[in-house]
Amino acid sequence: MQIRIQIASILVGLVLLGVIFQLIRRNRLQEKYALLWIASVVIVLVLSVWRGLLESFAACVGIFYAPSALFLVALFCGMIIALHFSVVVSDLTKQNKTLVQEIALMKEELHRRAGDRARRKPVDRKRRR
Amino acid sequence: MKGKSVRVLAVVPAFNESSAIGGVVAELLRVRPAVDVVVVDDGSTDGTSHAAEAAGARVLRLPINLGIGGAVQTGFRFAARLGYDAVVQVDGDGQHVPSEIPALLEAMSKSGADVVIGSRFLDVRGYTTSPVRRIGTRVFALVNSLVLGRRITDNTSGFRAYNAGAVRFLSDNYPQDYPEPESVILLGRNGFSIREIPVRMRGREHGHSSISAVRSVYYMVKVLLAIFIDLFKERIVRQEQ
Repeated sequence: MQIRIQIASILVGLVLLGVIFQLIRRNRLQEKYALLWIASVVIVLVLSVWRGLLESFAACVGIFYAPSALFLVALFCGMIIALHFSVVVSDLTKQNKTLVQEIALMKEELHRRAGDRARRKPVDRKRRR
Repeated sequence: MKGKSVRVLAVVPAFNESSAIGGVVAELLRVRPAVDVVVVDDGSTDGTSHAAEAAGARVLRLPINLGIGGAVQTGFRFAARLGYDAVVQVDGDGQHVPSEIPALLEAMSKSGADVVIGSRFLDVRGYTTSPVRRIGTRVFALVNSLVLGRRITDNTSGFRAYNAGAVRFLSDNYPQDYPEPESVILLGRNGFSIREIPVRMRGREHGHSSISAVRSVYYMVKVLLAIFIDLFKERIVRQEQ
C-alpha cells in the first residue's frame, strides 16, 4: 500500500518539476518566483524517495501514518507560496497605485502646458500642423 | 505664516459626482481669502471631470479607480509638488460647507496644529445622524482616546485642513482602506498635532453615502480591525526637509 503512494508522489513531483523548468525555459516564469516552487517540489521529492527520513519526521511530530506527514509538508509549502504571492500582489498594488497617481499628475501638467501654449502662441501652433 | 499670503489648495475627491461637483467647485472659488481648487476624478464614468473643469477647477484624472484613499493622496502629491502651504480636503458630494474653510485655516494658524478636523459632533448644528452611527462615533472616539491619548469626536469626517508638513508626510503615507479614521491614528502616532473645531455640514444633496445605515456596524468592525492592524505597523521615520 505504502509503495503505491510513494510512487505516485514521486511521479507527481517529477512532472511538476518538469513543468516548472519548461515554464522557466519559455520565459513564462521568472526565476525569483520559481525558486519557492522548486524548493517545495524538491522537499516533497526528497521525502517521497527517502522513506526513512519521512518516517522519522512523522514519528517526531507524532503522525502515525507517514504519508500524512508528506501531505502536511506539501500543504505548508503551498501556504508559504500563497503567502509569498500575497506579498507580491500587495507590492504590485502599491506600485500600480503610484503609477496611476503619477499618470494623473502628468496628464494634468501636459493639459495645462498645452493650454498655456495655445493661449500664448496661437499662430505658432497652427504653423506646426 | 501671518502677513504673507498663504497658498491654500482645496483637494476635492470625486467619483461619479457630475451633478454635484460643479456647485461644489463654484462655491469653493467664492471662498475668501481665495483657495485654489483641484478635483481628483477617481475614474468617474459620468463626466465628472468635465463638470469640474467647466466650473473652473484644475482636474486630476485617475485612469483607474483607486478609491477615496488613493484619490486624496493624489491631491496631496499635487500640493506637495507645487509647494502649497496648506491643503483643505473637501468632499465632492456637497455635504461640506466651503464657507467654513476660513474657520478651519484660522484654527490651524492660531493653534499651530498640523491638522484641523471639521467635526459634526463637537457642537451639533444642523446635522442629524442615525443612532447606530452615533454609537459608532462614540466607539471611534474612545479608541482614539485610548490610542492617542486625546479625544477626537469625528474621525470619519473628510473635511480637514492640513499644513505643509502633514501634506508632505501624507503624500507618501496615506492609508488606503479607511483613510479618514486610519489617518487620524497614523498622524497622531507620528507626532502630528490634531485639533477639532465644530462645523456645519449639509445632508447629502445627491446620491447616497457610500456607507448605508445597515452596513454601519460592519463598517465599524472593519475599521477597528484596520486600526488594530495599524497599531502593529512600525512608526514611519519622518524625513526632515
